[in-house]
Formats: sequence, C-alpha cells, structure tokens
Amino acid sequence: MNTVVLLACTGLGLGALYFLVASGLSLIFGLMDVLNFAHGALLSVGAYAAWWAATDGGLGFWLAVPFGTAVGTAASVLLELALIRPLYARPRDQILATVGVGLALPALIMGIWGADARPFPQPESLSGTVRLLGATVPVNRFVLMAAALIVLVLLRLFLAKTRYGLIVRAGVEDRAMVTALGIDVRKAFTLVFAIGGAAASLGGALAGLYFGSLNPGQGTGLLIFAFVVVVMGGMGSVTGAAVASVGVGLVQQFANYYTAAGLGDLSVVVLLAVLLLVKPRGLTGRLA
Amino acid sequence: MTTLLAVRDLRVVIDGLHILHGVDLDVAATGVTALLGRNGAGKTTTVKAVMGLVPRTGSLVFDGADIGRLPTHLVVRRGIGYAPEDRGIFAGLSVAENLRLAERDSAPAYDLVFELFPELKQRHKQAAGTLSGGQQQMVAIARTLLNGNRLIIADEPTKGLAPKIVTEVADVLARAAETVPVLLVEQNLALVRRVAGHCAVLADGRTAHQGDARELLADEDAARRLLGVGSHRPAPEVTS
Amino acid sequence: MTTHLKRWWPLALLLVLLIAPYSTLPLPGLLDGPLGSPGSLQLIALCLVYGGLATGYDLLLGRTGLLSFGHALYFATGLYATDLAMLELGLGFVPAAVFGIACSIALALLLGSVSLRVTGIGFSMVTLAFAQAGAILVQRNPGGLTGGEEGRSAPAEHLPDALIGIQNTANLYWIAVLYLVVTLAVVQWTVSSPTGRIWAGIRENERRVEVLGLRPYGFKLVAFTVAGGLAGAGGVVYLLLTGGATPQAASSDATLALLVMVVLGGSGTRWGPLLGGVLYTWAAHRLGDLANSESIAELPSVLRVPLSQPLFLLGTLFVAVVYLLPGGLARLPARLRAGRAARAAEGSVTAVPEGAA
Repeated sequence: MNTVVLLACTGLGLGALYFLVASGLSLIFGLMDVLNFAHGALLSVGAYAAWWAATDGGLGFWLAVPFGTAVGTAASVLLELALIRPLYARPRDQILATVGVGLALPALIMGIWGADARPFPQPESLSGTVRLLGATVPVNRFVLMAAALIVLVLLRLFLAKTRYGLIVRAGVEDRAMVTALGIDVRKAFTLVFAIGGAAASLGGALAGLYFGSLNPGQGTGLLIFAFVVVVMGGMGSVTGAAVASVGVGLVQQFANYYTAAGLGDLSVVVLLAVLLLVKPRGLTGRLA
Repeated sequence: MTTLLAVRDLRVVIDGLHILHGVDLDVAATGVTALLGRNGAGKTTTVKAVMGLVPRTGSLVFDGADIGRLPTHLVVRRGIGYAPEDRGIFAGLSVAENLRLAERDSAPAYDLVFELFPELKQRHKQAAGTLSGGQQQMVAIARTLLNGNRLIIADEPTKGLAPKIVTEVADVLARAAETVPVLLVEQNLALVRRVAGHCAVLADGRTAHQGDARELLADEDAARRLLGVGSHRPAPEVTS
Repeated sequence: MTTHLKRWWPLALLLVLLIAPYSTLPLPGLLDGPLGSPGSLQLIALCLVYGGLATGYDLLLGRTGLLSFGHALYFATGLYATDLAMLELGLGFVPAAVFGIACSIALALLLGSVSLRVTGIGFSMVTLAFAQAGAILVQRNPGGLTGGEEGRSAPAEHLPDALIGIQNTANLYWIAVLYLVVTLAVVQWTVSSPTGRIWAGIRENERRVEVLGLRPYGFKLVAFTVAGGLAGAGGVVYLLLTGGATPQAASSDATLALLVMVVLGGSGTRWGPLLGGVLYTWAAHRLGDLANSESIAELPSVLRVPLSQPLFLLGTLFVAVVYLLPGGLARLPARLRAGRAARAAEGSVTAVPEGAA
C-alpha cells in the first residue's frame, strides 16, 4: 500500500510536469500546426534560468521560479517572432527551424554550464516529506501537482473568458476562418507561444525540484512523453492534455516499478504509435 | 454600372496546379452580383483569392484601393464580410461566441441580426456544431451583417438546404442587398434570377461572360453553353 | 569544355576518391594528417558514409515528401543486427552483414506498413515513437544483448583480416566509397524509374496521385523500405569503421542529424544530401577539435562558449539554412543565377509581368 501511494504521488508529480510541457505544446500545435521541437529546450531554459537565479543570482527559490518562468517566456516569444513567424507560409520549415533551435539551445546551455547534472537548491520548506496514507511522500511532488492545477485552471479561464481565448479556441478549429472574420491571428500565435513557453519553463524550474538536479538534456528527454500526452489528449485541448498527463505519468511509474525498468517508458512510447494509428484524426484531422 | 470591386487577370496556382488563369470580374456597387459557372469552374477559388485565403496574383481594386497584396484580416477590415462555401462555423463554439468573434464595430448590429434570425437569439448558448444546416448558414450570414460592411461575399449560401430554408436565405440576401452590395456565388439559378442584377460566368478558371443576369438566363442557348443548365443540377422552385 | 566538365566531374571525383589512399597530399585546415594517412581516411570514410546515409534518407524527405523522425532506427538495426549476428550467432562477416541489412529491410517494411497508414505530421510522430522505442530498447540492454550504454564491440575473429587494424584503413575507406556509390546509384535509379516519378507526384500533391487512380500507400512503402535498407547497409559500413555498435546510433539525435545534413545540402537534389552529410560530419569532427584548441580557449567567453559546442553551431547553421537558404547549398548556385537574372531583367525592362507564384 505504501508503495502504491508513493508511486501514485510520484506518477502524478511526473504527470504534472508533463502537463506543464504538453499544455503549451498542444495549444501551439492545435492553433498553428507547428510541432514545436524546441519546447523541451524552453523547459531547459526555464530550469537553468531559475537555477542560476537561485545560486549565482542569490534570489530565493520563490523569486527564482518566476524569474526562470519569465526568461523562458521571453525566449519562447522571441522564437515565435524571430523564427516561426517569417516561415508562416512554409509549415514544414517551421518545424525544421524548431528542430534546429531544439539542438542549439541545450548545446548552448551545455557550453555555459557543462554537461554534468547540477544539484538544484531545495528550499527547506519544500525539501521535507509528508506522511500520506502510511507512505512517506516528498513535498515537491505536491508542489508540482499544485502548480499544474493552477496552470490548468488559469488556462481554462483564459480560454473560456477572454477574447483571445475565444480566438485561440476558434483558431484550433479553423485558423483560416478566424482571419476571414478580420482577426489578425498572428497575435494569437505569439500569445500561445508565450503561454506555452511560460508553462514549460515553469515546469523546468519545478523539474529541478522534482528531480533534485538539472542537466541540459532534461527538457528534450521529456519532450517525447509530452508528445504522447498531446496526441492522447487531442490537439489543442488543455483538459485533454491534463487527463492524458495523469494517465501517462501513472502508467509510466507503475510499469517501471512493477515490471522491468524502462518498460514503462517503452509502453508509453508504443502507446503513442498505437494511438496515432487507431485515431489518426485525433492529430491530423485538420492537416489532412 | 458603378464598380465596387474590380478583379483583373486573377490567377491562382496551388501545389503546382493552375486553378485560375485570368479571371475578370466587376462587382456592382449596388444590388447582387452573381458569380456563376459549372462545378469546378473556379468560383470558390475566385472568392477565396479575393479574400486572400489562397496565394493570388493579378489586380484586385476595392473601392479605388488595391487589396491584392493584403492579408485576409486586412481585406476583411476594409469592409468585406465573407460567408464561405462550407459556412465556416466554429462547431465547438456557441452561437453567441461565433457571433462575438465576428464583432469588429464598436456597436455590432445585433438588433438587425436577431430581427432577421430570431432563432439565433433563442439558440444563443447552443454549440454551433449541433445546429441544422440552415441555422448554421444563418450564423454565417449573421456574422457578415453584424458589422457595417461595404460588400458581402456569400459562397453558395443555399447549398444543401431544404427549399423552405432556401427561400428564407434568399429573402435575407435580398433584404441585405438593399443596403450593402452582395457578391453571390450560386448554383440555384431560380434564386439568381430573383435577386441578381449583374453577373459573371466562369469556365475552366477564366471569365467566360459578364453581363446582366436575367438577360443571360433568358437566353437559353447561352445559358446552356455557359452553365450547362439542366445537365447537372435541377434548380428548385423559388417563390418570389 | 564546361559541358564536359559538368558531365564528367562525378567520375573524376570518384577517381580522386579512389586513389586518395595513395596520396600524401597535406590538406592543412581540412585534415590533420596527409590525405592518405589512416586518420584522414577514417574521417573521410565517415563523411562518405554519412553522405550516403543522408542521400538514402532524402529518398523519403526530398523525393517522396515524407518527414520521418525515425530513420536512425534502421541504421541502428543494420549496425546492431550485423554485430549481434557475429557475436551471438557466430556468423562470418558477410553473412552477418546480409542478415543485418535483411533485418533493416524487414523492419522498415513492417513499421513502414504501419506508420504510413497516417499522413502528415502524424506519420512523423509515429516514426518518432517507433524509433524512440528502439532507442529505449537498445539502452535497456535486454538479455545483455545490446550492451546498454557501452554498446558492443565487433568481434575481430569474425572479421576478415583485411578489414582489421590501422594499416587496413584504406580497405574500410574503399568500402565506404563503394557504399556511397551504391547508394547514389540506387537512389538515382529508383528516382528516375516509373515508381520514382510517382514519388515526385506524391511529394508535389498526394491527392493528385490518388485522382490518377493510384494508391500512394504502396509507393510510399517502397520508398520507406528502400531507404530503410540503405540505412541498414550504412549501419554495416559504420560498424566496420568504428569497430562496434553504440546506442547513440539509435537515438533521435541521430535522425535529427540526418535531417540537418539533408536540409543543409539541399533536399530533393542529386548531390545535396551527400554534400550536406560530408560537410556536417566533417564540421562536427573539426568543430570538436576546434573546441579543444588553444585559439578558442583564448577567446572571451561570449565567443568561446558557443564556438566550443559543435551542436550549437550546427543547430544554428541549420536554422540559418532553413531560413535564408531554402533548398540548401545545392540550390545556391541556381538561386544566385536567378537573382542575377532578375536584377538584369529589372534593369532592362520597366514593367516586369508578375509570374504566377
């Protein structure tokens, strides 16, 4: 029982991390048809910015996290404005450009801070454990879950209540028609990149807490699982991404623990292929 | 005839396929201008090219200004309302949200819209995807009427609708055309005869004929030659 | 004269490549040792193998318009299957190589028939998922077969004597040249065959091919399988060159590297992918050396840090090519000519009629 609770909490924490990456990925893909291969790199940017702020910068953890998020958001907006937007008429090249950025950014981080994992400073208030149903669960799992929940609620409010949320929802359905109503949909593009970058880099800052350390390849390693979540949850669907994140995180943890190590990762990846084959429309409906 | 929109030598190439090779079209500054032609003649592509929804070359002059290089949203902001062929409804959004998205003016003409389509007011909160085809078409036309447009482009607004609804849509278009010029793509020739003044006929991506719509439809030979009347689609009766 | 040059330069280049091991020509800056030295031959051979791999990959990307993110899987299959056939089954090198290539073809046929059921970005992601599954498998070392992180060395006792040892580098080099020539020939032959013309049609507009009454699926599967087989053969040569199989070969980075090579050189052109593969591989090696060199170490950190990361430079270069040089290096001369022609035309004619874009 203790193990199950711990595994469940760890899986949910991981799922929360996936959600922070996948929600933005899903919105970006849903609205723009851009599969953002640089999204994992944005997570790393947020992680290293937060880590730098918390160590060299001398900011406390609670300031370092927003700092990392802000840097990641800025990087994401810059990516959209400088690279994605000029390639608007060339969708495949947009994807290729994000591939290039996804290679270059982690390499740059590696150049500056080295390839080795760096310990992430844990604030005392979050480094302890909690007794839950007989299990000893690290507090940071709950921090991630709370962060993901807050992001989920904020995203849903944004989508339901604001004009830009309306534009994003409509754009996911039919981008061309949104422009045919006189709306400059490119502003929404920049906005979803900002939102996606913010969520991913927040995830990066908190990933340091979850894993205890950070390395340049962390974000890219998480990206494939975020892809699984996006496909499972349905493109452009934030709630779908949330449900899928929880599912993937839990399946992975339990399968890795109760079967051979690595089988959980494998099963999730195979799940991606199976899902795409069973319901290709779920992803490519509008691309056709 | 005063021309509001003058299209000259409009060409469209998509994926290496030449779809339009030189369309000329004058849209009258008043009343309904009909854009006719058989299936695949290039009517929808012409309209999309005017809207900037497909890459195009050629000259597009709207009310004296060149709009041939404008992106779609700026074409619309010049005052062109567009109801596309497939209606372009956002199925997951409510009727109210579909309309709200189309708002450009500070005081959108909801009074007019709900007077013409009282049903839309009742179904305000319903997801647009669950509406009937006719109701969806009402949403599409309502979106063009919300703003003070200077031209409305309606692409086959009666396609796939029951005869009774066709009449209703025709009534609305006729009424709208009293104040705003309309460019109407239509296969229903009875409807065209009822509402259209000027018309242009496309064939194989080119303009084959321009002139008065009723004159053309009265000339059986020309109508058969240009439109293949009777060979592809019987026109349902429209009571006027 | 120039037309002769145009027609015969590939043959001349091939001759130069073939006799390179007999040359003591020093190429400072390009290579560390003289042309015929084992170190230089090894690097050139690696460049040529990647040139061939990129050429094979472009059968999908540039010729058929399929963006696969899982090509490394078939490369790694050829590499590991050949190695394991020697290690575990005790086969000699030639039967093992045949086995390895057959495994690649079979896997490409199997996974291709599944992946190609989806189109567009869905296809890209399915291929990515399969390749990632392969990468995880290789990493996890099932049954001690793949050797996990360490990989497995090729068994010297199963290899012909002529392929072992530094003194025989030239033989490996010639095998790499042979692989490249075969790949170029296969690609050239298939692309100019009736099937190749259908591939071009699929790349331009898949629906139009369907309208002609043809099913694109079968043609795409042929492209996928041929490309998979070529990648597997590349894996065999790579095994000889590097003396073992390591999990990096299966990683998604390996596929991305192929993608960068193809786009850099010029997707859909005859020589572009080769050019890109050679340049990328050479640059990755030289940049790695450069990163450790003294001239870099003395630079201020703003310059030193980015310059010391080959992947950063290559990633940035890739973005620059995508952005500034669509069509890659191979189309650069044509673009320059077109640019000059356009400027000349503008000078002489006042109104240039706008062509259909």
